[in-house]
Amino acid sequence: MMGLAAAASSGEAVQFWILGIVAVAGALCTIMMRRAVHSALSLAGTMIVLAVFYLANGAYFLGVVQVVVYTGAIMMLFLFVVMLVGVTAADSLKETLKGQRWLAAGLGVGFGILLIAGIGNAALKEFNGLGDANAGGNVQGLAALIFTKYVFAFEITGALLITAVVGAMVLTHRERTERARTQRERSEARIREGRQVTPLPAPGVYARHNAVDIPGLLPDGTPSELTVSPTLRERGQVRDVSGQSLAELKALEQRSEEWLGRESGRPGKKRPGPAAPKEEAQK
Amino acid sequence: MENLIALLVAAPLVGAALLLCGGKRLDRTGHWIGSLLAVASFAVAVVLFADMLGKGAEHRALHQHLFSWIPVGGFRADIAFQLDQLSMTFVLLITGVGSLIHIYSIGYMEHDERRRRFFGYLNLFLAAMLLLVLADNYLLLYVGWEGVGLASYLLIGFWQHKPSAATAAKKAFLVNRVGDMGLSIAIMLMFTTFGTFAFGPVFAAAGDASEGRLTAIGLVLLLAACGKSAQVPLQSWLGDAMEGPTPVSALIHAATMVTAGVYLITRSGAIFNLAPDAQTAVVVVGAVTLLFGAIVGCAKDDIKKALAGSTMSQIGYMVLAAGLGPIGYAFAIMHLVTHGFFKAGLFLGAGSVMHGMNDEVDMRRYGGLRRYMPVTFVTFGLGYLAIIGFPGLSGFFSKDKIIEAAFARGGTEGWILGGAALLGAAITAFYMTRVMLMTFFGEKRWDPEEFHPHESPKVMTVPMIVLAVGSVFAGGLFSVGDAFVRWLEPVTSFAHGHSPVSAGVVTAATMVVLAIGVGIAWLMYGRKEVPATAPRGSLLTRAARRDLLQDDFNHVVLVRGGEHLTRTLVYLDHSLVDGAVNGTAAAMGGLSSRLRQLQTGFVRSYAVQMLGGAAVLVAATLLMRGV
Amino acid sequence: MNPVYYLYLAALLFTIGAAGVLIRRNAIVVFMCIELMLNACNLAFVTFSRMHGNLDGQIIAFFTMVVAAAEVVVGLAIIVSIFRTRHSASVDDASLMKL
Repeated sequence: MMGLAAAASSGEAVQFWILGIVAVAGALCTIMMRRAVHSALSLAGTMIVLAVFYLANGAYFLGVVQVVVYTGAIMMLFLFVVMLVGVTAADSLKETLKGQRWLAAGLGVGFGILLIAGIGNAALKEFNGLGDANAGGNVQGLAALIFTKYVFAFEITGALLITAVVGAMVLTHRERTERARTQRERSEARIREGRQVTPLPAPGVYARHNAVDIPGLLPDGTPSELTVSPTLRERGQVRDVSGQSLAELKALEQRSEEWLGRESGRPGKKRPGPAAPKEEAQK
Repeated sequence: MENLIALLVAAPLVGAALLLCGGKRLDRTGHWIGSLLAVASFAVAVVLFADMLGKGAEHRALHQHLFSWIPVGGFRADIAFQLDQLSMTFVLLITGVGSLIHIYSIGYMEHDERRRRFFGYLNLFLAAMLLLVLADNYLLLYVGWEGVGLASYLLIGFWQHKPSAATAAKKAFLVNRVGDMGLSIAIMLMFTTFGTFAFGPVFAAAGDASEGRLTAIGLVLLLAACGKSAQVPLQSWLGDAMEGPTPVSALIHAATMVTAGVYLITRSGAIFNLAPDAQTAVVVVGAVTLLFGAIVGCAKDDIKKALAGSTMSQIGYMVLAAGLGPIGYAFAIMHLVTHGFFKAGLFLGAGSVMHGMNDEVDMRRYGGLRRYMPVTFVTFGLGYLAIIGFPGLSGFFSKDKIIEAAFARGGTEGWILGGAALLGAAITAFYMTRVMLMTFFGEKRWDPEEFHPHESPKVMTVPMIVLAVGSVFAGGLFSVGDAFVRWLEPVTSFAHGHSPVSAGVVTAATMVVLAIGVGIAWLMYGRKEVPATAPRGSLLTRAARRDLLQDDFNHVVLVRGGEHLTRTLVYLDHSLVDGAVNGTAAAMGGLSSRLRQLQTGFVRSYAVQMLGGAAVLVAATLLMRGV
Repeated sequence: MNPVYYLYLAALLFTIGAAGVLIRRNAIVVFMCIELMLNACNLAFVTFSRMHGNLDGQIIAFFTMVVAAAEVVVGLAIIVSIFRTRHSASVDDASLMKL
């Protein structure tokens, strides 16, 4: 196998240079993209590349874990939170702290140079390869180490995970401090306030758009804010289709006229007019 | 037999506890209980003494180990008693004279409503003093030492409603603290030097210690002795201590308290013998004090203060003798015992005079009292003859020996010390004759309308008679065949001094100076009428009336000096210490207000700093690798 | 090809991640950059494992992953709760801890 060799083959070199560029590009995109969701997807790409590199380095188990746990679970958790916070909100990349960007760039470059200089200085010419270590199978080798030499670290890691779970629950859990109001109380309060007695109007237009981010239209054709969830309104994620609706309405009327005209041209007019709205509704 | 030793201390201690905690129900019997327990202690002492006499000289020392007090690692303190000839002498004196004073106090304090408490304090005084002389190590001795200080404080200030008494008690306590500090330092020095402070091991190991160490221990022990025995320079408390009831004065001056210093020096003889410089300091202190006290005694018109000056002077003799080493220890103790008799008798006599004269203490307002209180006159007179060293009475034997020993020190020192002792004897004769003449002879200088002098009751005169008998015969009894010296020799060791002048010459000289002193006093106070108001007097007289300016000296040097030192220290504290502290704080504050600019609250700024730190670490690692 | 290039790549990715932490204000993106740094370290560990011919490096990388998972869980919970109270995911907005 490729990974078992002490020195990498030329095939691995090709793979490294292609995927390495991809990984760096992904990393750069992660920090450059204005939208968090794009950053997350770029990072996921970098991680998959890293998974391939793990495999190439003989860490088969880690490679698979990288794909399953990191890319599959952790990055999805990120995406989930991104969605929760606002998927379309774009960050401003304008720097607000004085000199922060220059410092960051300077320190980043300096630190990188130091690291690379350090690696370059180190005597890293000898590569033993994992041929012997992986002889009994990579997973078996890892398991042997985890359950012998690193068993305490392993147990403590388990405790850490449990603690993290409890911590996350405590952090996000909100205790209800008062009794939930009953439906009756809420309706009474609504009437007392006198603002909106009836249920709020539903979103969507004429059964053509029933998505939650599309406001319903008032009789005069203007969109009604009330029909969309306040969260979406706050985020500015409301799609205004009022203009489009008018155009579509016109096209609809035209089509229905055509249909009616075709219908009237048919012989033996059995069905009365009211059948047409019903047809429309079924559509 | 040794199991009885604890009983000596326990009896008065139980008495003190009973009387002080017993409450009012003991008001009517308290003085009898206190006196009975003092006498009981004396009885035990007599039994032990008889037992001791029946043994050979080498087997007389008894030990009683009660329990281990503080056993901590190498530090070991025991509650243990040692009764040897020296302790026995003191025990007999303390319990004997103490019991007589107890009995006397029954009459003297008859009209005092706090009599029960007074007897409780007296018992406490006896217990503490007995503990002091019976302890077999310095730490337990220190307990007794402090107990004596406490009891003296309580008794001197017994009439605490008088501001002068309260002040005198405080003064005695404070001056004693200086000496106590010396003793505590001595104990610490002993522990670091010998690893123990029990008498036996310390004295056995004294020969191995360096002379500098021994001199240091000796000097701090001397400081301790000065405090308790009212020696120069810690003498100032003794005169003021006369504010206490007269039996207390008798107890302090005759049996307890002031004798503790002499006991300490004599007991620590093994240390002093090996530290000649410390011994020189002791004899100098003794010689200075014996003259100091005598001069002060000459000028006082207050009968008790005149006697107090005399005590200081006589204790000076003892300290002088104790400082002379083996040639003087026995005589110091012998003089201490005889002095215990006649000084107690004199004080009880003075108390009796005061009792009959409405507590008047000014001798210029006495006169011709011999007709009104004959018993007091006779007993006081015998005490007087004993203290001036009239031939055949006890003072003669003990003081004469000390003067001889002083000459026997040899060389110029011997002549100076002997001369001082002789001069002291002359002055003693002078002022004691003065007291005698002013009190009992001459015309009466008191108003018969106001004063009705009378003889004291039996309960007061009997102890005086007993003490007078002791004053007359004790010295002679001790000197028969050098009995006392041979008795003490196993403990204190004894060496015959080689005097440059023969004993007979010394005795003759003593007689001559004695006659001169008495003669001058008679010329000044016997032949002429004593003025009722004190004449202005010479410069020395006026200084002596003010206790040779001891209080002025203390005030100027210690009080003012202390104030100045404190002010300077306060100033330094404010300017230097506080300045440094506040300056540091201000500098820190300034620096922090600069540094807090870094604290922006922006996590990313912190992250930049962290990355900078990490970069520095990596760079340092790389650089160090290169080196 | 010498596998040491993997180390260079790891250093580069780490540096990019660090720069991202410093530059980005969105807490979620900052967090992603931290994950990137952790991954870079993992790559280095795996390479070291290959270099030394034993599996200890992989074990360390494995533990790093576990710790990273725990960290993500807690960190995201914190971000969510901050977002719920402040309606902002910017790390600069949470800047009250200063004098």
